[in-house]
Amino acid sequence: MAIVDSAPTALGRLETLPSDWPVGFWSHWGVFTVVIIAFVLLMVMGFIWLERRGMGRMQARLGPNRAGPFGLLQPVADAIKVLLKENITPAQGDKIVHWLAPVVVFAPTLMIFAVVPFSDGALLADLNVGILYVVAISSISALGVFMAGWASSNKYSLVGAMRNIAAVVSYEIPLVVAIASVVLLTGSLSMNDIVLAQHIPFILLQPLGFLIFFISGCAEINRSPFDLMEADSELVAGFHIEYSGMRFAMFYLAEYSEAVIISAIITTLFLGGWRGPVLPPWLWFIVKVFIVFFVMVWTRTTLPRVRIDQLMALAWKFLFPLALINLFITGIELLTWPEALPWVMILVNIAITAVLVLLWSKFFKLGWGRVEV
Amino acid sequence: MLTNYGYIGLFLVVAIVFTVSTLLLPVTLRFLKIIPHKPSPIKSSTFECGMETIGKTWVQFNFRYYFYALMFLVIDVMVVFLYPWAVDLKQLGRFGFIGMFIFIFIIVIGYIYAWRKKVLEWK
Repeated sequence: MAIVDSAPTALGRLETLPSDWPVGFWSHWGVFTVVIIAFVLLMVMGFIWLERRGMGRMQARLGPNRAGPFGLLQPVADAIKVLLKENITPAQGDKIVHWLAPVVVFAPTLMIFAVVPFSDGALLADLNVGILYVVAISSISALGVFMAGWASSNKYSLVGAMRNIAAVVSYEIPLVVAIASVVLLTGSLSMNDIVLAQHIPFILLQPLGFLIFFISGCAEINRSPFDLMEADSELVAGFHIEYSGMRFAMFYLAEYSEAVIISAIITTLFLGGWRGPVLPPWLWFIVKVFIVFFVMVWTRTTLPRVRIDQLMALAWKFLFPLALINLFITGIELLTWPEALPWVMILVNIAITAVLVLLWSKFFKLGWGRVEV
Repeated sequence: MLTNYGYIGLFLVVAIVFTVSTLLLPVTLRFLKIIPHKPSPIKSSTFECGMETIGKTWVQFNFRYYFYALMFLVIDVMVVFLYPWAVDLKQLGRFGFIGMFIFIFIIVIGYIYAWRKKVLEWK
């Protein structure tokens, strides 16, 4: 398409950095390691605050408002409290695996941030397989969840972990196919090039891809309405039922940093990343991440939890076929009208999305407006 | 390019060290007598809503998503071929597009067969 530029060369990107930027290997690595860890921890605190206050407002109550102004220090208070709690290991459990599971869950989620651009060229490692790296690394934490569920020697944990594997395996497919249709537009797998190619945010050119990615991203990180593996009303707390103290806090941290990473990837792939007028790029990036997360909180308070069979059917019978159709429509558009006007393309794509979603959901109508997937 | 993987490798070390040291913090605090450590048989028994657990947890378990896992494997391998194609579609042109269409069409036949055979139902 005319609106998609070819990826700039690495040399051109270096020139856009400020001249006083430290270019040495160790200084670059040191700066970004500190930035990433600080970013993750601060964003997680912001997300916890936003979720609890936002949910409180949506449920017509106040939410936490005692610690600090507007309850802003509530996550800090929680962290200190949970640090001082006793660590309990179940007597029948597998102690080593029980201890190791939080590491296997949290370390990969931290690793993904290495390829997320905060500004032009401002990322730890500009891998040329960036988005593929994200897909690969993000699957590892499912292993940690299963380790936690298995080592706890608790039936609720085991069922929760099994459901988690089922959900991750199913929703991986529409997720990666939706990413492939973005890659078609950019012609590059590097996260930085994907942002540079978005003169128009891809949410307008890929509305169906965005929808599929958002739904399967929510399911992948087990946000409500897809939080079957920790369904409080049936599995009590799912896989982290036998965890307490700092190890529980690690799972909590990992859960929210997964929410940060999926919001950051949605921002990078579909909302134009750090691009935006007036404000500095990193601020745009953070604002967009918070907007995406607010929509997740919104869906959580609006929709009831789905059943396990509905969860699997939504992935395999609804999202996956639509993702494949979206991929081919994008490919045909790219080859047939490479010079089409962007605004025409946007209108056509939104119309195609509406028609496809409506037609495909006809398959699952039972009568009286009931839907069974 | 290799520099970037160097960054990733070093960051992996940092991520693991960060996580492990956060988990070792309460262990240190326990030796300083700040965190309590009073295990008892009741406390470290398996949680089960007030009842006692019957039998072992690690039994043979019907995990129900065997077919889903097989489908996942097939389609994930398809996706591996999809990514290089997606990066280079503009150069490959219509020939490349039709080639990938035929490849995916073959897998979609299998997918429709699986759907018809009710493999995609969670029973």
